[in-house]
Amino acid sequence: MAEVRVTVDGVNYADDVEPRTLLVQYLRERLGKTGTLVGCDTSNCGACTVHLNGQSVKSCSVLAVQADGGEVTTIEGLARDGKLHPMQEAFNECHGLQCGYCTPGMIMAAIDLLGDNPDPDEQEVREGIEGNLCRCTGYQNIVRAVQSAAQKMRPGAAAEQAPAPVAGGGN
Amino acid sequence: MTTTADPTTHEIGNARTRKEDARLITGRTRYTDSITPSGTLYLAVVRSPLAHATITNINAEAARSAPGVFGVYTAADLGAEGIGLPCAWPVTPDQKAPQRPLLAVNTVHFAGEGVAVVVARTAAEAKDAADLVEVDYDPLDPVLDMEAAAADGANLVHPDLGTNVSATWVFDSAEAGTGNSVADAIAAAEADPDQIVVRRRFRQQRLIPAFMEPRSVVVDPTGEQITMWSSTQVPHILRTMTTVTTGIPESKLRVIAPDVGGGFGGKIGVVPEEMLCVLVAQKLGKPVKWTETRSESLLAAHHGRDQIQDITITAKKDGTVTGLDVSLLADMGAYLGLVGPGVPILGAFMFNSIYKIPAYRFTCRNVFTTKTITDAYRGAGRPEATFAIERIMDELANELGRDPLELREQNWISHEEFPFTTVCGLTYDTGNYEAATAKATELFDYAGLRREQEERRRNNDPVQLGIGISTFTEMCGLAPSRVLGSLSYGAGGWEAASIRMLATGKVEVITGASGHGQGHETAFSQIVADQLGVPFEDVEVLHGDTQISPKGLDTYGSRSLVVGGIAIVKAAEKVVAKAKKLAAHLLEANEDDIEFSNGFFSVKGTDKGKAIQELAFAAFMAHDYPEDMEPSLDSDAVFDPENFSFPHGTHLAAIEVDTETGRVKLRHYVCVDDVGTVVNPLIVEGQVHGGLAQGIAQALFEEANYDESGTLVNGTFVDYTLPSAADLPSFTTGVSSNPATSNPLGVKGVGEAGTIASTPAIVNGVIDALRHLGVNEVEMPTTPQRVWRAIQEAQGRSTQETPVDTHSPGAGLGSIDPNNPQGEVQ
Amino acid sequence: MIPAKFDYVRPSSVEDAVEALRQGGEDAKILAGGQSLLPVLRLRLAAPSVIIDLGGIPELRGVREDGDRIAIGAMTPHHDVMRDDLVKQHVALLGQATETVADPQVRHRGTLGGALAHADPAGDLGAPALALDAEFVIAGSSGRRTVSAAEFFVDYFTTAIGEGEILTEIRFPRYTGWKSHYEKFNRTAQAWSMVAVAAALKVDGGTISEARVGLTNMGTTPIRATGVEQALVGQPATADAVRAAAERATEGTAAPSDADAAADYREHLARVLTGRAVLAAAG
Repeated sequence: MAEVRVTVDGVNYADDVEPRTLLVQYLRERLGKTGTLVGCDTSNCGACTVHLNGQSVKSCSVLAVQADGGEVTTIEGLARDGKLHPMQEAFNECHGLQCGYCTPGMIMAAIDLLGDNPDPDEQEVREGIEGNLCRCTGYQNIVRAVQSAAQKMRPGAAAEQAPAPVAGGGN
Repeated sequence: MTTTADPTTHEIGNARTRKEDARLITGRTRYTDSITPSGTLYLAVVRSPLAHATITNINAEAARSAPGVFGVYTAADLGAEGIGLPCAWPVTPDQKAPQRPLLAVNTVHFAGEGVAVVVARTAAEAKDAADLVEVDYDPLDPVLDMEAAAADGANLVHPDLGTNVSATWVFDSAEAGTGNSVADAIAAAEADPDQIVVRRRFRQQRLIPAFMEPRSVVVDPTGEQITMWSSTQVPHILRTMTTVTTGIPESKLRVIAPDVGGGFGGKIGVVPEEMLCVLVAQKLGKPVKWTETRSESLLAAHHGRDQIQDITITAKKDGTVTGLDVSLLADMGAYLGLVGPGVPILGAFMFNSIYKIPAYRFTCRNVFTTKTITDAYRGAGRPEATFAIERIMDELANELGRDPLELREQNWISHEEFPFTTVCGLTYDTGNYEAATAKATELFDYAGLRREQEERRRNNDPVQLGIGISTFTEMCGLAPSRVLGSLSYGAGGWEAASIRMLATGKVEVITGASGHGQGHETAFSQIVADQLGVPFEDVEVLHGDTQISPKGLDTYGSRSLVVGGIAIVKAAEKVVAKAKKLAAHLLEANEDDIEFSNGFFSVKGTDKGKAIQELAFAAFMAHDYPEDMEPSLDSDAVFDPENFSFPHGTHLAAIEVDTETGRVKLRHYVCVDDVGTVVNPLIVEGQVHGGLAQGIAQALFEEANYDESGTLVNGTFVDYTLPSAADLPSFTTGVSSNPATSNPLGVKGVGEAGTIASTPAIVNGVIDALRHLGVNEVEMPTTPQRVWRAIQEAQGRSTQETPVDTHSPGAGLGSIDPNNPQGEVQ
Repeated sequence: MIPAKFDYVRPSSVEDAVEALRQGGEDAKILAGGQSLLPVLRLRLAAPSVIIDLGGIPELRGVREDGDRIAIGAMTPHHDVMRDDLVKQHVALLGQATETVADPQVRHRGTLGGALAHADPAGDLGAPALALDAEFVIAGSSGRRTVSAAEFFVDYFTTAIGEGEILTEIRFPRYTGWKSHYEKFNRTAQAWSMVAVAAALKVDGGTISEARVGLTNMGTTPIRATGVEQALVGQPATADAVRAAAERATEGTAAPSDADAAADYREHLARVLTGRAVLAAAG
């Protein structure tokens, strides 16, 4: 067993885990953070994407012990006081999801992308989310959603945008 | 209490954002693997690494004594040796159907087949112990090539059947009395210098549905009823088939399909692991969960397509098509899936597509091989048919020196000719191929792109332009029960709905369709809002749980709206009729004088009236209601369609081919689809986008390959290459709407359209770009290498044979020898 | 899927890591960014007894100037490498190749040293490291040694890193003012390179005065296209001259054959892509 101390969606945790425990397993099975999903075993699909210390990572390819001392944000930690993150709103408004299975990872990847590049063109969005597979949407409305969120999140764009992007994308 | 709505606008046609998104974008979801009743045990499957072998010994001693292990079971240990999974579609009376066991008994028939299961306290311990189960095999020759498998003297997958051909299914328009003899048409064409015969062979490669949520099942035997959560498209069928398979009374079984992360046909089956979880949960008296890994999913969940198509078309030299002969070989894999044998048969009625073809014959042989079973994958039979006819129309146009679009128009059913009964005997109710095509060519700039193509050809540009055309129709809304009966399908095609008017004015709608991403909750709410004149927000759509929605036939074949949606309309009509009677009573008016509009029942010529919510409350209170009615507005309906619906469309692709590297780039894609009445344009557009992506992926990217020993080579997402956002362009979609006359909403279905139409559009475009270089065929997927080789061969340069089934040591995980992982992996 | 059981140590210095490696013996495995290792463990294609995580050693992370060299810590993530100003200025080719590695999430975790030590012949960072004459600093129980890129890549997944040793730093000569391009050819954006070409040029007055060209996935290791380099020097950076030089791209290669590309097609691609890479670099 190894000890892991980690902050997830604003709550501090200290747990003993088997070293082989994947971060995503820890989140889902130990912390009940079932909003983060697993879609593959080779880090291709990106469904498990969360932010670790402000950067998007595939939580199936990080050991829980590697996150020791770190800060994790999952899809469940985005909305603040019942107010959705602009990216979440944009996915709804632009019909950027169907079955929803890729959605948590896609949203987390997209937020990170905007942290790096606040005003991406279509091709930059497509390349920015290339680590996340979706089988339902053909991506077009996801791309639209990310660009729409970028508009909303632009400084001074809208008065009502309460939550700042959670991740800075981390440079 | 809900206030009376003022719905001045109609919901149908409104681009409502989806209700279901709220939970999906926040992680407040309930996919099967996220459901863990207290005390849950985990099941892992020990799978055969060999495609065909006799099991000589299973040693589970080490596994049984591993930490946390509750048991290791073979079929015999579970008393399941006699249990076979159901096939619901005996396509012919003499169809050969081997028992499809829950776990292999004596012989394994495909790589990935389960041999034993391990049950342990955690998933990790179950896997640890599964790795300790030693199985000894005596290898048998694999059966991999379906053509060889169908030949006389072939090595047999199931020797007791005496053949690898499961069934031969034939439709002949002359015999059916729906058209002429195709044999005569071919003979006539061969004898007549003013006619032409074009023969081609096309291959539908093996595909993997690759839904994003791996399959998962949880069975909880505690309590009076056994509860099964499963990541399935078909909870109702699953319940019935679990009863058929295990003998558990249907009334003792509750099946729930909670949030389901995509299916595309891939979750239409009844799978061994579902039954195994039931048996093990019953045996141990504890909840049992199985969740597959992606590699298990790619290996053992059913695959799709996999046909060899021999197509012969005859035509007069003026372009008039006179006959079409289709001869298919369809790979079933090792066993028959739930509807697997019927998948190619669903295509039988669609090869003639939108064309007036006077003579038609279809022959399909379903063949066993030692590969993963095939079954429904988005489109199921219809993409295969559309591909073949649209490819051969291009070939015919090329042979005749005609513009391919013009040749199509010459032969298609013109809009004045509807309703039109085809050479297959189906009656197309509505359609306007001219209108859809006109709109598509305009959005596409067909003439301008043809000019650019000419220019690039003239300049010998290394990047050549191709224009890919696909006009299509499909049969949706599966299905009229009598038609299914005539095809010997093991169920009907109706759908059920119920509407409950709650005391507080809210409305619960129960549907037997089981959505898994399509947007049922939103679209059905829109329909009910219009039917009952209640606010969209007040409608709650319930589905996917046999205790809540006891009756249904689930979601596949673009049927949810066209069949399930109409059942809801029928139930709503009954609610309105009851409410009208109650309104007349309460308003002391004659029922004939009650008018219903926008949720309000008024007495003709007066300002007196009652809102539907008031009537729902009055029915609940039941203090005052007519003697000849029950105090309830709730209503049920079952709708059985009279006919299929026939969406159609024109799809155009501008394809750039880099002739130096063979790379294909989809530059521009335009489609105009007629899906009848559009309930929600946002959802329709999304369905088209997603369908296009899957169809394009078949044309360009995906293929499940087996090596010569019968091992799946593409066993992870590293090798089975789904397109990412960076591999696809944005699509231009348009609508040309001609409401269906076969149902009261005029809807036709949209779930499969994009997939069906796009594959041939892409391949036709690739070949069109290279036709002047002498290229007439590139097999799917049209990878850079295949395109490059096709160019080389057309130019008379010989090239090397490609090993389709091997890995070079590089390129990620597939490269690493499982038995000898080498190198310093960091 | 969950990896088989292993023990885990997270040393805080290179010396402790080397000691842990000694204690762990043959079955010990180094964990750098883990973006190749974790999937391999999850598929249970490897089952090490102990994992030594280098993530706790600050010394191994970062880009710095060291005399005439740019020194990059082995544990520097791809994301940091490709955004680093020193890299952009002096080792631009490495940054360009790094941008094509996997996807953003993987680039956040995956590291330069991890990728190079993994030595997948389809990996994108070996060719630029080889073309640019990188030096590899390797630490062991007897101290540190430096090997050249030409010596570093030995075979498939095999490098000059010996048993009990750890790659600590990769050092690049400065290519300030050079023009460069990494031309990658893969089937889908997520797929590994079928073939790729790393090219760096020094162009003086329209004439190529120095050239460095490396090939990805044309043999068991990254391969230096010295024939192309020689043919380019002294030539004008024109399409005809470059394409002629690119014809020599397959000299000394041993292209693998697989379902995506048989050897003859790979060889053809190597020539075409070399021409494109050099022209794009000269751009």
